[in-house]
Amino acid sequence: MSDKVFICRCEDLTEEEIKQAIDEGYTTLEELKCKLRLGMGPCQGRGCLSLARRILCQKTDKTTEEITLPPSRPPVIPVSLGTLASDEK
Amino acid sequence: MTVDNVPNVRTCITPLEENIRVLEQDRVGELSNKKKFNRKRKKIDVDIVIVGSGPAGMMAAITAAKQGVPSILLVDENHLIGGQLVKQSHKFFGSEEEKAGTRGIDLAVELMEQVNSVKTIQSMLKTTIIGCYNGKKNHKLIAIKRLIEGDQLIEINSKSVIFACGAMENMLAFPGNDLPGVYGAGGVQTLMNVYGVKPGKKVLMVGAGNVGLIVSYQLLQAGVNVDRVVEILPKIGGYNVHAAKLRRCGVPIYTSHSIKEVYGNGKVEGAILVAINNSFKPIPGTEQKVSCDTVCIAVGLTPSIRLLEQIGAKTEFIAEAGGHVAIHDSSMQTSVKGVYVAGDSSGIEEASTAMIEGQLAGISAATLLGYDKQADMLKKKYRKALEGFRSGPFGIKPKICKEKIACCWNGGINY
Repeated sequence: MSDKVFICRCEDLTEEEIKQAIDEGYTTLEELKCKLRLGMGPCQGRGCLSLARRILCQKTDKTTEEITLPPSRPPVIPVSLGTLASDEK
Repeated sequence: MTVDNVPNVRTCITPLEENIRVLEQDRVGELSNKKKFNRKRKKIDVDIVIVGSGPAGMMAAITAAKQGVPSILLVDENHLIGGQLVKQSHKFFGSEEEKAGTRGIDLAVELMEQVNSVKTIQSMLKTTIIGCYNGKKNHKLIAIKRLIEGDQLIEINSKSVIFACGAMENMLAFPGNDLPGVYGAGGVQTLMNVYGVKPGKKVLMVGAGNVGLIVSYQLLQAGVNVDRVVEILPKIGGYNVHAAKLRRCGVPIYTSHSIKEVYGNGKVEGAILVAINNSFKPIPGTEQKVSCDTVCIAVGLTPSIRLLEQIGAKTEFIAEAGGHVAIHDSSMQTSVKGVYVAGDSSGIEEASTAMIEGQLAGISAATLLGYDKQADMLKKKYRKALEGFRSGPFGIKPKICKEKIACCWNGGINY
Protein backbone atom coordinates (compact mmCIF):
# COMPACT_ATOMS: atom_id res chain seq x y z
CA MET A 1 0.00 0.00 0.00
CA SER A 2 1.33 3.40 -0.97
CA ASP A 3 0.60 6.06 1.61
CA LYS A 4 2.63 8.75 -0.12
CA VAL A 5 0.97 11.64 -1.90
CA PHE A 6 2.83 12.29 -5.12
CA ILE A 7 2.88 15.83 -6.46
CA CYS A 8 5.57 15.65 -9.15
CA ARG A 9 5.54 12.20 -10.73
CA CYS A 10 8.54 12.74 -13.00
CA GLU A 11 10.82 13.70 -10.11
CA ASP A 12 9.11 11.49 -7.50
CA LEU A 13 8.32 14.40 -5.19
CA THR A 14 5.84 13.89 -2.38
CA GLU A 15 3.59 16.38 -0.64
CA GLU A 16 5.66 15.90 2.50
CA GLU A 17 8.94 16.82 0.77
CA ILE A 18 7.39 19.96 -0.68
CA LYS A 19 5.89 20.99 2.66
CA GLN A 20 9.23 20.44 4.34
CA ALA A 21 11.02 22.61 1.78
CA ILE A 22 8.43 25.37 2.29
CA ASP A 23 9.07 25.17 6.05
CA GLU A 24 12.76 25.54 5.33
CA GLY A 25 12.02 28.82 3.57
CA TYR A 26 11.62 27.92 -0.11
CA THR A 27 8.37 29.79 -0.58
CA THR A 28 8.03 30.33 -4.33
CA LEU A 29 7.56 27.80 -7.13
CA GLU A 30 10.85 28.96 -8.65
CA GLU A 31 12.71 28.27 -5.39
CA LEU A 32 11.04 24.88 -5.01
CA LYS A 33 12.09 24.10 -8.56
CA CYS A 34 15.72 24.98 -7.81
CA LYS A 35 15.69 23.05 -4.55
CA LEU A 36 13.74 19.94 -5.52
CA ARG A 37 13.69 19.81 -9.35
CA LEU A 38 9.91 20.32 -9.15
CA GLY A 39 8.54 20.40 -12.69
CA MET A 40 11.90 19.73 -14.32
CA GLY A 41 11.22 16.18 -15.49
CA PRO A 42 10.06 14.90 -18.88
CA CYS A 43 6.59 16.50 -18.60
CA GLN A 44 7.97 19.90 -17.56
CA GLY A 45 5.44 20.63 -14.85
CA ARG A 46 2.18 19.74 -16.56
CA GLY A 47 0.55 18.27 -13.48
CA CYS A 48 2.69 19.22 -10.53
CA LEU A 49 2.87 22.98 -10.75
CA SER A 50 -0.80 23.60 -9.95
CA LEU A 51 -0.76 20.95 -7.18
CA ALA A 52 2.37 22.52 -5.66
CA ARG A 53 0.81 25.95 -6.03
CA ARG A 54 -2.14 24.79 -3.93
CA ILE A 55 0.19 23.62 -1.16
CA LEU A 56 2.03 26.95 -1.30
CA CYS A 57 -1.28 28.81 -0.99
CA GLN A 58 -2.24 26.84 2.10
CA LYS A 59 1.15 27.07 3.79
CA THR A 60 1.91 30.71 3.03
CA ASP A 61 -1.61 32.16 3.21
CA LYS A 62 -1.46 33.46 -0.33
CA THR A 63 -4.09 33.46 -3.05
CA THR A 64 -3.49 31.59 -6.31
CA GLU A 65 -3.16 34.90 -8.16
CA GLU A 66 -0.26 35.94 -5.95
CA ILE A 67 1.87 32.93 -6.89
CA THR A 68 3.83 33.24 -10.12
CA LEU A 69 4.62 30.23 -12.27
CA PRO A 70 8.27 29.53 -13.06
CA PRO A 71 9.16 30.78 -16.56
CA SER A 72 8.68 28.34 -19.43
CA ARG A 73 11.87 27.54 -21.30
CA PRO A 74 12.66 25.43 -24.34
CA PRO A 75 12.73 22.48 -24.85
CA VAL A 76 9.27 21.64 -23.50
CA ILE A 77 9.77 17.92 -24.14
CA PRO A 78 12.90 15.79 -23.74
CA VAL A 79 15.09 16.08 -26.85
CA SER A 80 18.27 14.11 -27.36
CA LEU A 81 21.43 16.14 -27.86
CA GLY A 82 22.03 14.19 -31.06
CA THR A 83 18.86 15.68 -32.53
CA LEU A 84 19.55 19.19 -31.24
CA ALA A 85 23.03 19.10 -32.69
CA SER A 86 21.97 17.82 -36.10
CA ASP A 87 23.73 19.89 -38.73
CA GLU A 88 23.17 18.33 -42.14
CA LYS A 89 20.92 20.45 -44.32
CA MET B 1 7.64 6.35 -18.44
CA THR B 2 9.76 4.02 -20.51
CA VAL B 3 8.22 2.76 -23.75
CA ASP B 4 10.01 -0.01 -25.62
CA ASN B 5 13.23 0.81 -23.74
CA VAL B 6 13.14 4.51 -24.63
CA PRO B 7 13.03 6.62 -21.44
CA ASN B 8 11.25 9.96 -20.83
CA VAL B 9 8.38 9.16 -23.17
CA ARG B 10 5.11 11.01 -22.75
CA THR B 11 2.77 8.05 -22.91
CA CYS B 12 -0.30 10.29 -23.29
CA ILE B 13 0.65 11.17 -26.87
CA THR B 14 2.30 7.88 -27.82
CA PRO B 15 0.20 5.77 -30.18
CA LEU B 16 -0.78 2.44 -28.66
CA GLU B 17 0.53 -0.54 -30.62
CA GLU B 18 0.43 -4.28 -30.35
CA ASN B 19 3.06 -5.66 -27.91
CA ILE B 20 4.13 -2.19 -26.78
CA ARG B 21 6.07 -2.36 -23.50
CA VAL B 22 5.28 0.47 -21.09
CA LEU B 23 7.29 0.48 -17.87
CA GLU B 24 7.64 2.72 -14.86
CA GLN B 25 10.73 4.88 -14.88
CA ASP B 26 12.59 5.74 -11.72
CA ARG B 27 14.29 9.10 -12.13
CA VAL B 28 16.94 9.36 -14.84
CA GLY B 29 16.39 6.97 -17.70
CA GLU B 30 19.04 5.22 -19.72
CA LEU B 31 19.01 5.64 -23.45
CA SER B 32 19.10 2.40 -25.39
CA ASN B 33 21.54 1.97 -28.25
CA LYS B 34 18.61 1.50 -30.56
CA LYS B 35 17.49 5.13 -30.29
CA LYS B 36 18.18 6.72 -33.63
CA PHE B 37 18.95 10.33 -34.44
CA ASN B 38 18.14 12.07 -37.62
CA ARG B 39 21.12 14.14 -38.63
CA LYS B 40 19.21 16.14 -41.19
CA ARG B 41 17.61 19.29 -39.94
CA LYS B 42 14.95 21.07 -41.92
CA LYS B 43 13.97 24.68 -42.38
CA ILE B 44 10.46 25.75 -43.35
CA ASP B 45 9.11 29.21 -44.19
CA VAL B 46 5.36 29.71 -43.99
CA ASP B 47 2.81 32.52 -43.69
CA ILE B 48 0.85 31.09 -40.78
CA VAL B 49 1.76 28.25 -38.47
CA ILE B 50 -0.99 26.78 -36.31
CA VAL B 51 0.01 24.83 -33.23
CA GLY B 52 -2.60 22.19 -32.42
CA SER B 53 -5.05 20.50 -34.79
CA GLY B 54 -8.07 20.30 -32.53
CA PRO B 55 -11.36 22.02 -33.39
CA ALA B 56 -9.82 25.50 -32.98
CA GLY B 57 -6.67 24.74 -34.97
CA MET B 58 -8.47 23.01 -37.84
CA MET B 59 -11.02 25.82 -38.19
CA ALA B 60 -8.25 28.43 -38.07
CA ALA B 61 -6.42 26.63 -40.89
CA ILE B 62 -9.53 26.19 -43.03
CA THR B 63 -10.62 29.79 -42.51
CA ALA B 64 -7.21 31.30 -43.25
CA ALA B 65 -6.97 29.14 -46.39
CA LYS B 66 -10.39 30.35 -47.55
CA GLN B 67 -9.16 33.92 -47.19
CA GLY B 68 -6.37 33.10 -49.63
CA VAL B 69 -3.30 32.75 -47.42
CA PRO B 70 -0.83 30.82 -49.64
CA SER B 71 1.03 28.70 -47.11
CA ILE B 72 -0.36 27.41 -43.83
CA LEU B 73 1.30 24.83 -41.61
CA LEU B 74 -0.77 22.85 -39.12
CA VAL B 75 1.36 21.15 -36.47
CA ASP B 76 0.19 18.54 -33.95
CA GLU B 77 2.06 16.27 -31.57
CA ASN B 78 -0.47 13.45 -31.87
CA HIS B 79 -0.56 10.97 -34.73
CA LEU B 80 -4.10 11.94 -35.71
CA ILE B 81 -5.63 15.27 -36.76
CA GLY B 82 -8.60 16.34 -34.65
CA GLY B 83 -7.36 16.87 -31.10
CA GLN B 84 -9.83 15.68 -28.51
CA LEU B 85 -12.61 15.33 -31.12
CA VAL B 86 -11.23 11.96 -32.24
CA LYS B 87 -12.31 10.31 -29.00
CA GLN B 88 -15.67 11.98 -28.58
CA SER B 89 -18.36 9.52 -29.50
CA HIS B 90 -21.15 11.75 -28.16
CA LYS B 91 -23.15 14.38 -30.01
CA PHE B 92 -22.65 18.10 -29.56
CA PHE B 93 -25.11 20.66 -28.31
CA GLY B 94 -25.66 24.16 -29.58
CA SER B 95 -26.70 25.55 -32.92
CA GLU B 96 -26.73 23.70 -36.20
CA GLU B 97 -24.15 26.02 -37.69
CA GLU B 98 -21.63 24.80 -35.12
CA LYS B 99 -22.44 21.19 -35.89
CA ALA B 100 -24.78 20.42 -33.01
CA GLY B 101 -26.10 16.87 -33.24
CA THR B 102 -22.87 15.68 -34.87
CA ARG B 103 -20.64 13.25 -33.02
CA GLY B 104 -17.16 14.54 -32.20
CA ILE B 105 -15.43 11.78 -34.14
CA ASP B 106 -17.56 12.41 -37.26
CA LEU B 107 -16.76 16.09 -37.01
CA ALA B 108 -13.05 15.30 -36.71
CA VAL B 109 -13.19 13.22 -39.89
CA GLU B 110 -15.22 15.87 -41.72
CA LEU B 111 -12.84 18.68 -40.78
CA MET B 112 -9.78 16.52 -41.43
CA GLU B 113 -11.01 15.84 -44.95
CA GLN B 114 -11.48 19.57 -45.47
CA VAL B 115 -7.98 20.28 -44.17
CA ASN B 116 -6.47 17.58 -46.37
CA SER B 117 -8.34 18.74 -49.47
CA VAL B 118 -6.90 22.26 -49.29
CA LYS B 119 -3.57 22.47 -51.08
CA THR B 120 -2.39 25.52 -49.17
CA ILE B 121 -2.59 23.71 -45.82
CA GLN B 122 0.27 21.40 -44.98
CA SER B 123 -0.22 19.29 -41.87
CA MET B 124 2.63 17.91 -39.86
CA LEU B 125 1.75 15.27 -37.27
CA LYS B 126 3.81 13.61 -34.51
CA THR B 127 5.55 16.95 -34.26
CA THR B 128 6.03 18.88 -31.04
CA ILE B 129 7.00 22.52 -30.86
CA ILE B 130 9.77 22.61 -28.27
CA GLY B 131 10.46 26.32 -28.23
CA CYS B 132 9.28 29.65 -29.62
CA TYR B 133 11.20 32.83 -30.31
CA ASN B 134 9.81 36.20 -31.16
CA GLY B 135 11.89 37.72 -33.94
CA LYS B 136 11.69 41.20 -35.42
CA LYS B 137 10.20 40.17 -38.73
CA ASN B 138 9.31 36.54 -38.24
CA HIS B 139 8.42 34.26 -35.41
CA LYS B 140 10.68 31.28 -35.04
CA LEU B 141 9.38 27.94 -33.78
CA ILE B 142 11.60 24.93 -33.19
CA ALA B 143 9.89 21.59 -33.71
CA ILE B 144 10.83 17.96 -33.21
CA LYS B 145 9.25 15.52 -35.62
CA ARG B 146 9.15 11.89 -34.54
CA LEU B 147 10.11 9.76 -37.51
CA ILE B 148 10.90 6.05 -37.72
CA GLU B 149 14.46 6.91 -38.73
CA GLY B 150 14.85 9.13 -35.66
CA ASP B 151 13.70 12.49 -34.34
CA GLN B 152 14.21 15.38 -36.70
CA LEU B 153 14.77 19.01 -35.77
CA ILE B 154 12.72 21.47 -37.80
CA GLU B 155 13.09 25.22 -37.77
CA ILE B 156 9.86 27.00 -38.71
CA ASN B 157 9.86 30.66 -39.68
CA SER B 158 6.41 32.15 -39.83
CA LYS B 159 4.88 35.59 -40.28
CA SER B 160 2.05 34.72 -37.95
CA VAL B 161 1.37 32.06 -35.31
CA ILE B 162 -1.94 30.75 -33.99
CA PHE B 163 -1.69 28.80 -30.76
CA ALA B 164 -4.56 26.34 -30.40
CA CYS B 165 -2.78 23.98 -28.03
CA GLY B 166 -5.75 23.07 -25.86
CA ALA B 167 -5.45 22.15 -22.22
CA MET B 168 -4.02 19.70 -19.71
CA GLU B 169 -6.00 17.55 -17.27
CA ASN B 170 -5.84 18.52 -13.61
CA MET B 171 -4.59 15.95 -11.14
CA LEU B 172 -5.41 15.48 -7.47
CA ALA B 173 -3.17 14.93 -4.46
CA PHE B 174 -4.21 11.99 -2.27
CA PRO B 175 -2.40 8.98 -0.81
CA GLY B 176 -1.99 6.33 -3.48
CA ASN B 177 -2.40 8.76 -6.38
CA ASP B 178 0.50 7.14 -8.22
CA LEU B 179 -0.89 3.60 -8.16
CA PRO B 180 -1.45 2.04 -11.58
CA GLY B 181 -5.17 2.29 -12.18
CA VAL B 182 -5.45 5.99 -11.31
CA TYR B 183 -6.18 7.69 -14.62
CA GLY B 184 -7.12 11.06 -16.00
CA ALA B 185 -10.58 10.89 -17.58
CA GLY B 186 -9.19 12.01 -20.92
CA GLY B 187 -6.68 9.17 -20.84
CA VAL B 188 -9.44 6.66 -20.20
CA GLN B 189 -11.44 8.10 -23.08
CA THR B 190 -8.45 7.77 -25.41
CA LEU B 191 -7.79 4.15 -24.40
CA MET B 192 -11.45 3.23 -24.87
CA ASN B 193 -12.57 5.22 -27.86
CA VAL B 194 -9.39 5.53 -29.91
CA TYR B 195 -7.74 2.17 -29.19
CA GLY B 196 -10.65 0.01 -28.04
CA VAL B 197 -8.97 -0.90 -24.75
CA LYS B 198 -10.97 -1.11 -21.51
CA PRO B 199 -9.17 0.64 -18.64
CA GLY B 200 -10.48 -1.80 -16.00
CA LYS B 201 -13.54 -3.63 -14.74
CA LYS B 202 -14.95 -1.34 -12.08
CA VAL B 203 -14.46 2.41 -12.12
CA LEU B 204 -14.83 5.15 -9.54
CA MET B 205 -15.29 8.49 -11.30
CA VAL B 206 -14.12 11.60 -9.48
CA GLY B 207 -15.82 14.76 -10.78
CA ALA B 208 -19.34 15.33 -12.09
CA GLY B 209 -18.59 17.97 -14.69
CA ASN B 210 -19.39 17.19 -18.32
CA VAL B 211 -16.16 15.24 -18.82
CA GLY B 212 -16.80 13.03 -15.78
CA LEU B 213 -20.42 12.40 -16.74
CA ILE B 214 -19.77 11.73 -20.42
CA VAL B 215 -16.79 9.44 -19.82
CA SER B 216 -18.80 7.52 -17.18
CA TYR B 217 -21.56 6.92 -19.70
CA GLN B 218 -19.09 5.87 -22.37
CA LEU B 219 -17.53 3.43 -19.88
CA LEU B 220 -20.98 1.87 -19.42
CA GLN B 221 -21.36 1.69 -23.20
CA ALA B 222 -18.04 -0.16 -23.35
CA GLY B 223 -19.31 -2.67 -20.81
CA VAL B 224 -17.34 -1.36 -17.85
CA ASN B 225 -19.02 -1.14 -14.44
CA VAL B 226 -19.11 2.41 -13.05
CA ASP B 227 -19.53 2.13 -9.29
CA ARG B 228 -20.42 5.77 -8.71
CA VAL B 229 -19.50 9.34 -9.50
CA VAL B 230 -18.31 11.58 -6.66
CA GLU B 231 -18.35 15.37 -6.81
CA ILE B 232 -16.84 17.65 -4.18
CA LEU B 233 -19.31 20.47 -4.91
CA PRO B 234 -22.86 20.30 -3.57
CA LYS B 235 -24.15 20.41 -7.16
CA ILE B 236 -23.56 18.43 -10.37
CA GLY B 237 -21.42 20.60 -12.64
CA GLY B 238 -22.25 19.12 -16.05
CA TYR B 239 -25.38 19.21 -18.18
CA ASN B 240 -28.49 17.62 -16.73
CA VAL B 241 -29.04 15.37 -19.76
CA HIS B 242 -25.71 13.64 -19.20
CA ALA B 243 -26.35 13.24 -15.45
CA ALA B 244 -29.88 11.95 -16.10
CA LYS B 245 -28.61 9.33 -18.57
CA LEU B 246 -26.21 8.00 -15.94
CA ARG B 247 -28.84 7.98 -13.21
CA ARG B 248 -31.24 6.06 -15.47
CA CYS B 249 -28.54 3.41 -15.84
CA GLY B 250 -28.40 3.13 -12.06
CA VAL B 251 -25.11 4.93 -11.44
CA PRO B 252 -25.34 7.00 -8.25
CA ILE B 253 -23.85 10.49 -8.17
CA TYR B 254 -22.57 11.51 -4.73
CA THR B 255 -22.37 15.29 -4.43
CA SER B 256 -20.44 16.88 -1.52
CA HIS B 257 -18.16 13.84 -1.53
CA SER B 258 -14.50 13.51 -2.32
CA ILE B 259 -11.78 10.91 -2.58
CA LYS B 260 -9.62 10.59 0.54
CA GLU B 261 -7.21 7.93 -0.58
CA VAL B 262 -6.68 5.02 -2.91
CA TYR B 263 -5.35 1.71 -1.63
CA GLY B 264 -3.99 -1.43 -3.20
CA ASN B 265 -0.97 -3.63 -3.50
CA GLY B 266 0.87 -2.54 -6.62
CA LYS B 267 -2.39 -1.49 -8.27
CA VAL B 268 -5.71 0.10 -7.37
CA GLU B 269 -7.89 -2.22 -5.27
CA GLY B 270 -10.23 0.35 -3.82
CA ALA B 271 -10.75 3.86 -2.59
CA ILE B 272 -11.90 5.59 0.56
CA LEU B 273 -14.47 8.34 0.12
CA VAL B 274 -15.40 11.05 2.56
CA ALA B 275 -18.29 13.51 2.83
CA ILE B 276 -17.41 17.20 2.52
CA ASN B 277 -18.97 20.06 4.51
CA ASN B 278 -19.92 23.54 3.29
CA SER B 279 -16.42 24.91 3.76
CA PHE B 280 -14.92 22.05 1.69
CA LYS B 281 -13.49 20.24 4.71
CA PRO B 282 -13.84 16.46 5.10
CA ILE B 283 -16.36 15.41 7.77
CA PRO B 284 -14.65 12.91 10.13
CA GLY B 285 -16.45 9.62 10.57
CA THR B 286 -18.11 9.70 7.14
CA GLU B 287 -15.41 7.63 5.42
CA GLN B 288 -16.59 4.73 3.30
CA LYS B 289 -14.77 2.09 1.32
CA VAL B 290 -15.44 1.47 -2.35
CA SER B 291 -13.85 -1.48 -4.08
CA CYS B 292 -12.74 -0.71 -7.64
CA ASP B 293 -9.75 -1.33 -9.92
CA THR B 294 -9.80 2.03 -11.69
CA VAL B 295 -10.05 5.59 -10.39
CA CYS B 296 -10.79 8.15 -13.03
CA ILE B 297 -10.02 11.80 -12.30
CA ALA B 298 -12.17 14.38 -14.09
CA VAL B 299 -11.60 17.54 -12.10
CA GLY B 300 -11.14 20.14 -14.76
CA LEU B 301 -8.54 21.37 -17.18
CA THR B 302 -5.74 23.93 -17.21
CA PRO B 303 -5.01 25.88 -20.41
CA SER B 304 -1.70 25.01 -22.13
CA ILE B 305 0.13 28.30 -22.39
CA ARG B 306 3.82 27.52 -22.02
CA LEU B 307 4.63 28.15 -25.67
CA LEU B 308 2.67 31.40 -25.52
CA GLU B 309 4.77 32.46 -22.53
CA GLN B 310 7.94 31.65 -24.42
CA ILE B 311 7.01 33.82 -27.36
CA GLY B 312 6.38 36.68 -24.93
CA ALA B 313 2.58 36.85 -24.79
CA LYS B 314 1.32 38.44 -21.59
CA THR B 315 -0.50 35.99 -19.33
CA GLU B 316 -2.78 36.45 -16.38
CA PHE B 317 -4.35 34.10 -13.83
CA ILE B 318 -8.09 33.95 -14.35
CA ALA B 319 -9.93 31.41 -12.22
CA GLU B 320 -12.85 31.12 -14.68
CA ALA B 321 -10.39 30.27 -17.47
CA GLY B 322 -8.97 27.32 -15.52
CA GLY B 323 -5.61 28.92 -14.73
CA HIS B 324 -3.15 31.26 -16.42
CA VAL B 325 -4.20 32.30 -19.92
CA ALA B 326 -2.73 34.53 -22.58
CA ILE B 327 -4.75 37.70 -22.64
CA HIS B 328 -6.08 38.63 -26.05
CA ASP B 329 -8.25 41.17 -27.86
CA SER B 330 -11.60 40.51 -29.51
CA SER B 331 -9.75 39.33 -32.66
CA MET B 332 -7.87 36.69 -30.59
CA GLN B 333 -4.53 38.51 -30.97
CA THR B 334 -2.23 38.28 -27.95
CA SER B 335 0.05 41.04 -26.66
CA VAL B 336 2.58 39.99 -29.34
CA LYS B 337 1.73 41.24 -32.82
CA GLY B 338 0.93 38.41 -35.21
CA VAL B 339 0.51 35.87 -32.42
CA TYR B 340 -3.03 34.60 -31.85
CA VAL B 341 -4.69 32.17 -29.50
CA ALA B 342 -7.88 30.11 -29.86
CA GLY B 343 -9.78 27.36 -28.07
CA ASP B 344 -9.02 26.02 -24.60
CA SER B 345 -5.61 27.76 -24.51
CA SER B 346 -7.52 31.02 -24.25
CA GLY B 347 -9.80 29.78 -21.46
CA ILE B 348 -11.48 26.40 -20.92
CA GLU B 349 -14.69 26.17 -22.90
CA GLU B 350 -16.28 23.84 -25.43
CA ALA B 351 -15.47 22.44 -28.85
CA SER B 352 -18.14 24.60 -30.49
CA THR B 353 -16.74 27.86 -29.15
CA ALA B 354 -13.19 26.66 -29.87
CA MET B 355 -14.23 26.29 -33.52
CA ILE B 356 -15.58 29.83 -33.67
CA GLU B 357 -12.52 31.23 -31.92
CA GLY B 358 -10.39 29.33 -34.43
CA GLN B 359 -12.30 30.95 -37.29
CA LEU B 360 -11.85 34.37 -35.69
CA ALA B 361 -8.11 33.82 -35.21
CA GLY B 362 -7.81 32.52 -38.80
CA ILE B 363 -9.52 35.64 -40.19
CA SER B 364 -7.39 37.95 -38.02
CA ALA B 365 -4.11 36.30 -38.98
CA ALA B 366 -5.08 36.41 -42.67
CA THR B 367 -6.07 40.07 -42.38
CA LEU B 368 -2.69 40.96 -40.87
CA LEU B 369 -1.00 39.40 -43.91
CA GLY B 370 -3.18 41.43 -46.26
CA TYR B 371 -5.84 38.85 -47.08
CA ASP B 372 -8.78 40.80 -45.73
CA LYS B 373 -11.68 39.59 -47.88
CA GLN B 374 -14.91 40.55 -46.02
CA ALA B 375 -12.92 40.37 -42.81
CA ASP B 376 -14.98 42.86 -40.80
CA MET B 377 -18.26 41.24 -41.73
CA LEU B 378 -16.96 37.74 -40.88
CA LYS B 379 -15.43 38.85 -37.59
CA LYS B 380 -18.73 40.44 -36.60
CA LYS B 381 -20.54 37.22 -37.44
CA TYR B 382 -18.18 35.05 -35.36
CA ARG B 383 -18.26 37.44 -32.40
CA LYS B 384 -22.05 37.33 -32.47
CA ALA B 385 -21.99 33.53 -32.54
CA LEU B 386 -19.67 33.47 -29.52
CA GLU B 387 -21.95 35.86 -27.69
CA GLY B 388 -24.87 33.57 -28.43
CA PHE B 389 -23.09 30.56 -26.97
CA ARG B 390 -22.10 32.46 -23.87
CA SER B 391 -25.55 33.85 -23.15
CA GLY B 392 -27.02 30.59 -21.81
CA PRO B 393 -26.83 29.43 -18.18
CA PHE B 394 -23.71 27.33 -18.92
CA GLY B 395 -22.12 30.26 -20.69
CA ILE B 396 -21.80 32.37 -17.55
CA LYS B 397 -18.34 31.14 -16.59
CA PRO B 398 -16.72 31.60 -20.03
CA LYS B 399 -18.53 34.93 -20.35
CA ILE B 400 -16.98 36.20 -17.10
CA CYS B 401 -13.64 34.72 -18.18
CA LYS B 402 -13.68 36.61 -21.47
CA GLU B 403 -14.84 39.81 -19.75
CA LYS B 404 -11.87 39.58 -17.40
CA ILE B 405 -9.53 38.92 -20.30
CA ALA B 406 -10.91 41.98 -22.09
CA CYS B 407 -10.40 43.96 -18.90
CA CYS B 408 -6.77 42.82 -18.63
CA TRP B 409 -6.28 43.63 -22.30
CA ASN B 410 -7.38 47.19 -21.64
CA GLY B 411 -4.72 47.56 -18.98
CA GLY B 412 -6.78 47.01 -15.87
CA ILE B 413 -6.58 44.05 -13.57
CA ASN B 414 -9.03 45.40 -11.01
CA TYR B 415 -12.07 43.56 -12.24
